[in-house]
Amino acid sequence: MYDGIVQELIDELGRLPGIGPKSAQRIAFHILQTETFDVTHLAEVLMTVKEKVRFCDVCGNVTEQELCNICRDPRRSAATICVVEEAKDVVAIERTREFKGLYQVLGGAISPIDGIGPDDLRIRQLMQRLADGTVTEVIIATDPNLEGEATATYLSRMLMHLDLRVTRLASGLPVGGDLEYADEVTLGRAFEGRRLVEN
Amino acid sequence: MPLYRDEAVVLRTHKLGEADRIVTMLTREHGKVRAVAKGVRRTASKFGARLEPFMVADVQLYEGRSLDIITQAESVGSYGADITTDYGSYTAASAMVEAADKLTEAEASLQQYLLLVGALRSLARREHGASLTLDSYLLRALSIAGWAPSFNDCSVTGAPGPHSAFVVQLGGVVADAVAPPGAPRLDSNTLLLLSSLLTGDWAAADDADERTRSQASGVVAAYTQFHLDRGLRSLEHVDRRTTA
Ligand SMILES: [Zn+2]
Repeated sequence: MYDGIVQELIDELGRLPGIGPKSAQRIAFHILQTETFDVTHLAEVLMTVKEKVRFCDVCGNVTEQELCNICRDPRRSAATICVVEEAKDVVAIERTREFKGLYQVLGGAISPIDGIGPDDLRIRQLMQRLADGTVTEVIIATDPNLEGEATATYLSRMLMHLDLRVTRLASGLPVGGDLEYADEVTLGRAFEGRRLVEN
Repeated sequence: MPLYRDEAVVLRTHKLGEADRIVTMLTREHGKVRAVAKGVRRTASKFGARLEPFMVADVQLYEGRSLDIITQAESVGSYGADITTDYGSYTAASAMVEAADKLTEAEASLQQYLLLVGALRSLARREHGASLTLDSYLLRALSIAGWAPSFNDCSVTGAPGPHSAFVVQLGGVVADAVAPPGAPRLDSNTLLLLSSLLTGDWAAADDADERTRSQASGVVAAYTQFHLDRGLRSLEHVDRRTTA
């Protein structure tokens, strides 16, 4: 344990995802000891990000306006919605240049053990977007891991009574990974080879 | 023993750093183990799906200072894929691994291990309703942990049953003489189903009607939440609808 504020900094850093106690301590001392480290700038960016960045009213992607770049773009097709877990998956798919439709960012995957059920994700918003019949295909692009597959199963069950094509990214994606780690070529192929969800 | 092998069922995983995961697993001989799987989240990882929840694997671990490190994993039973194609099974399996996580410690419990693996295999094969399988698992896992409920003889006085008053805090059914006023009453079908689930009498359990199943699930949930520290988060998300 360190004195007061230093320990507080370590504790705060340790609350960030993927940062264990050792890393938190390392970052804290980097901030304290490196003279060139611009704390003011970091603090400003953190404040601004919290102030300005929000979730797109339509798709849940991150944006500084009411609608994200993609939802505002008139060249994007409104007939297809690609469902992903996180905003970073939108970035990964955009890099492939394979997809010209719109997105729905769920904000995670269904994980009962973490207390996350369907109502904690933007699934109701997705259902609302499908109500007027504009959308003819929903591509489920949740992560190729357990929670992602289970979320896809749940979505398929919700969507199967609607009059639209429901597809899932081709299984060329290795199982167990995060979508954001798939390289562009593999992800592009997974898009081309997406299969129809049956049941 | 810096290097050891065991058979393990994965209970849950946590992201660690850029591409690693901390894998919590219940092993056959070493009890509950938390270990690091390096690089598993990269799509080229050799571990791939083998270290996802509900998977049974033959693992080789290197004993680390705080956490062990997984050096090899060979799949023994890949139940995850079959479980996730049915949403009810997925939510039931989630509640099972969460319960197993809370009921086990570093000491080995072969009984808990075999019970969990058996229940996950049964879910993957759709042998019985997912909700029934979960209820049976919970009753039996709690019994192994020392909290066996009584569904026949009075759990306070031992007076031979049948009794209908059920008091979670007292450990099961109780005789009218000791039942607190207003104690909930269970009908004989529900008690029969609960006994069948506890003993694994599947022929009787599979016959139970929808109403009886749902009443029994309510009892199992209350009994589980009472005994497990802070309860199970998964339980409220379990999808109890029976699938055709
Ligand atoms: Zn948007």
